Amino acid sequence: MTSVLTVQEVRINEEIDIVHVRQAVREVAVSIGFSLVEQTKLVTAASELARNTRVHGHGGEAKIDLEKADDGTTTLRLVFTDNGPGIADVELALTDGYSSAGGLGLGLSGARRLADEFDLRTAPGEGTTVSVGFRARKPARG
Amino acid sequence: MTAGTGQNIRDRVAQFLKENRSDIERAWATTPVFTARRPADAAEECAELLTGLRHVIETGGEEDPSAGGLATVRPVLASLAARSAGGPSGSDRPDVTVLKGPLLRLWREQDLPEDIVHSGDLVLSNVLNTLRIALLEIELSAGTETILAQRAQLTELSTPVIKLWDGILAIPLIGTLDSTRGQIATESLLEQIVAQQARVAILDITGVTAVDTLVAQHLLKTAVAARLMGAECIISGIRPQIAQTMVQLGIDLGEVATRATLADAFGQALRVIGLTVCPDERGAG
Ligand SMILES: Nc1ncnc2c1ncn2[C@@H]1O[C@H](COP(=O)(O)OP(=O)(O)OP(=O)(O)O)[C@@H](O)[C@H]1O
Ligand SMILES: [Mg+2]
Repeated sequence: MTSVLTVQEVRINEEIDIVHVRQAVREVAVSIGFSLVEQTKLVTAASELARNTRVHGHGGEAKIDLEKADDGTTTLRLVFTDNGPGIADVELALTDGYSSAGGLGLGLSGARRLADEFDLRTAPGEGTTVSVGFRARKPARG
Repeated sequence: MTAGTGQNIRDRVAQFLKENRSDIERAWATTPVFTARRPADAAEECAELLTGLRHVIETGGEEDPSAGGLATVRPVLASLAARSAGGPSGSDRPDVTVLKGPLLRLWREQDLPEDIVHSGDLVLSNVLNTLRIALLEIELSAGTETILAQRAQLTELSTPVIKLWDGILAIPLIGTLDSTRGQIATESLLEQIVAQQARVAILDITGVTAVDTLVAQHLLKTAVAARLMGAECIISGIRPQIAQTMVQLGIDLGEVATRATLADAFGQALRVIGLTVCPDERGAG
């Protein structure tokens, strides 16, 4: 059994909302004792996925979950959901350097490398949901 | 004007608010609007709010959020709004509509003719709706002001271009570089490169909290543009946690020179323009 606690939900519409997502994520990461390196990875991945939600998905939502497993490990999970155009070729979207919008094309694939767990659900016309999990290295307090 | 909000009804309601003060205050103090406060503060705010609303009803301003009547409850409103200015989601905002329930219940418990009960219901509902609108207005204007102030502050923070030596410029980048700020930083640096005929431009990112693909793209574009204007770019101050994250993200700064610290970058810049720093022999003598 894993218990899941949703800590925060942030709407993503404007540029400033990406800043809100980063701040909220950093706050939660600090509160459960993530190291500076882990915080930076988490915040960077959040920034990438939040911007994808806004730019490619035309806006949506970020959800921050804390999952506690029976063995005491805590996973911080970020779930980004949008109702945008979806991704037709997932493999291509996950290829380093591929961008349909003149970007570096490293956001999605980079976020996958930064995270411990990565899940992408999408279909053309059906929106996109990206979920990334970061495991806490030491038992969380509380 | 709505039917039934004649002065006699208003006086009746005002009288009710006065006579049942302690019951109403006690009921209100247990609602989520006030439970976050210390009991003494909650009691005081309830009393102030009630007195203010009574005054609004007496003077017939219960349907106008901008009317002078609500001015007497402004301090309480400001306190409510300040408490709700917490997280970005705002889901924990104390909603003043919960004050309506207990108020209407106490009003209806009186032994009054039906038409008066109805008219009074209307007056009390109106005054609380108006209160809610006034509160929302305060919150919105406070939020907008904060955002505008922060944006102005950050935009200013990001733009100083510093001359370190003849031909050497540095720009210390701070915080999170969203697209607007990155753009402004790039533009002012390029302007100064031309104005000062600089040969080296140092982009110092010691104060940047995270380098994502957008920030990296800004840095790379700035470096290319600077090169086109005849200046070499050095990126300094990449902290260990950021370096590690950039590697995993897959960002390659390519041909752009990097140095650990601003001091290292300055040393390199001096070499580029053909200067060497050596001990002063007379002084050291
Ligand atoms: N939420 C989404 N909805 C629709 N398409 C998406 C979404 N996220 C990513 N994509 C597609 O996948 C491609 C790759 O995404 P990725 O984040 O790697 O690159 P990018 O956003 O174009 O540039 P950057 O490197 O600046 O992030 C995008 O160009 C876009 O076509
Ligand atoms: Mg992206």
